[in-house]
Amino acid sequence: MTEPPARDPWTHLTGLTAARIALGRAGPALPTREVLALALAHAQARDAVHAPFDADALARDLEALGHATLQVASAAPDRATYLRRPDLGRRLSDASRQAMERTQPRGADLVLVVADGLSSAAVHAHAVPLVAALAPYVDRAGWRLGPVVIAAQARVALGDEIGEILGAAMVALLVGERPGLSSPDSLGVYLTHGPAPGRTDAERNCISNIRREGLSYEEAAFKLAWHVAEARRLGLTGVALKDESDLVRLTAGSPAQLPPA
Amino acid sequence: MGYRQVVGTTTWTFPDLKDLMAKASPLRSGDALAGLAASCAQENGAAKLALADVPLKVLLDQPLIPYETDEVTRLICDGHDALAFAPIATLTVGEFRDFLLAETTTPAVLARLAPAITPEMAAAVSKLMRNQDLILTASKCRVTTKFRNTLGLPGTLAVRLQPNHPTDDPAGITASILDGLMYGCGDAVIGINPASDSLAATGELLRLLDGLIGRFEIPTQACVLAHVTTSIELIARGAPVDLVFQSIAGTEAANASFGVNLALLKEGREAALSLRRGTVGDNVMYFETGQGSALSAGAHHGVDQQTLEARAYGVARAFDPLLVNTVVGFIGPEYLYDGKQIIRAGLEDHFCGKLLGAPLGCDVCYTNHAQADQDDIDTLLTLLATAGVTFVMGVPGGDDVMLNYQSTSFHDALYIRDLLGLKRAPEFEAWLQRLKITGGDGRLLPASVSHPLLAGA
Repeated sequence: MTEPPARDPWTHLTGLTAARIALGRAGPALPTREVLALALAHAQARDAVHAPFDADALARDLEALGHATLQVASAAPDRATYLRRPDLGRRLSDASRQAMERTQPRGADLVLVVADGLSSAAVHAHAVPLVAALAPYVDRAGWRLGPVVIAAQARVALGDEIGEILGAAMVALLVGERPGLSSPDSLGVYLTHGPAPGRTDAERNCISNIRREGLSYEEAAFKLAWHVAEARRLGLTGVALKDESDLVRLTAGSPAQLPPA
Repeated sequence: MGYRQVVGTTTWTFPDLKDLMAKASPLRSGDALAGLAASCAQENGAAKLALADVPLKVLLDQPLIPYETDEVTRLICDGHDALAFAPIATLTVGEFRDFLLAETTTPAVLARLAPAITPEMAAAVSKLMRNQDLILTASKCRVTTKFRNTLGLPGTLAVRLQPNHPTDDPAGITASILDGLMYGCGDAVIGINPASDSLAATGELLRLLDGLIGRFEIPTQACVLAHVTTSIELIARGAPVDLVFQSIAGTEAANASFGVNLALLKEGREAALSLRRGTVGDNVMYFETGQGSALSAGAHHGVDQQTLEARAYGVARAFDPLLVNTVVGFIGPEYLYDGKQIIRAGLEDHFCGKLLGAPLGCDVCYTNHAQADQDDIDTLLTLLATAGVTFVMGVPGGDDVMLNYQSTSFHDALYIRDLLGLKRAPEFEAWLQRLKITGGDGRLLPASVSHPLLAGA
């Protein structure tokens, strides 16, 4: 007789997390169904990295929300180059730079950049709803928003060059995060005060895991607006700007309350 | 000064030491990205031959990054133990390899030698070594550290229980912790990567871990992997911080990109020491590193990524850490392209760290945009365990749902213990047996839903 895989008697905890807990075991190893499920999830995540980016559809949806848009590309011509040459993903292509240099007006308080990053699926699913959720905060604070820049084959630091050319006080870059097995469509936001090439990651603040099972659009928009307000007050972003948005939320009771901009 | 190597009718030239070191490195995408890699396999071979003839003394006297402009170089040079160096002072890099492999070079010899070895020496000799040399020599290096248990003893392997959750949800994190403990993991540390670096969230997670460890009297330590400044601030506010975490790199400029410098690390360590929370020792720092981080920050000074990684261990060892973790496959394919490059880098990192006297563990991992899969994880885990790696990660099912990458799982830890007979930290092993999670042979006992750990969950 063969021995069936041992079951873990804490399957009642599996509803508390998307993590792969209580999987059971075959000897010390994963049971067959779990080892195959993991391999299939990996195949899906691998494919997500290479799915094409639909910048036109994003532009249509953002314009329907009332935003001017601008489509640009990094200096990485294709996905294969993008993966091996992060330096190219952090620079605008010559054509895009020239096009941006002709853009008016300049000097917005905040420029939003929507970047494909490593998961166009994340951007397709979450960028537009997040921009929509941010709108009430922008209106209330009276921040001047620049055009929404849609960037292909883009890495986080591409926002620095975009922000500098547009003369923006701050850039918030919405980017598809590296796909995980359980989360092929997770969006991150990187906020950079005084964007210019040469900024380091220590000079940015990050809000991550924006997706259905993670941070909601409403929570993410609140956090982003809180960070923008704090960055304006302090004149910086990065490690010196500690995320205490939770405190505001707890003390103020209402997600709409923010410190004065 | 330049270096030359004649091979047949071809003369290869290398303008300086850092060029020679880079060209002698086994091929990896990060060095190619930086424009530092050998142009072809023969140039790589010629560079290795030339590097083999370089005296160790030259590596000591000619810093690859200037002393005047880089505090990591100053730390390395000023901390060098000239007395301990005497027995190897006349060796070349090639002779150093032979010396390390000799049967007479015992664990005791290597322990005495550690403060005499600079990161550049360790990196240089590693470039001349095959994987089996890296494994054998590392297996002779003993580095023992203590906080609430004893890590790094011969014949042991510890596991960091990594219960990450995309929104730091306490119930979700607790579920993963219980899963890991029931699988016998968590002796290295229960360490959470927080989704947000917020003071409130980090403080809440610290209290959650402190409560669990206290309630079940678990002989292990907790860490929330927030920025060192966050930990310092939380200590000032009275939060229960066991270990202070920080990502570090091998140059002053790369550390600056992480928002840290040596003085800040010292401040973090002193803050943690002031709490006196360790019961059997006071190694209070947890560092993470990874090849490519300096280049990623534009702070590599034309030095190859593996040498810079060894310099990060030079930083780490100055702060008597409990744990140093090379997160080898996390950074992505632009630095380590595929399974072969990740495996090689993992073995190099572990070797260099151990040779320098740092308690090296390894996050054996890959991202979904790299050319690697679970088979590569199995291979590197098995090799590192034979090399005596101090600890590896334990992630539920190997799938980190917050950081979006694959690492080793609680099951993988069971596998490698079963295969190689490796024990946990002794205090933790005894606790598992007391709670009837494992038997006397270290294997899991059948679990019941009424187990005390699960009863309140």
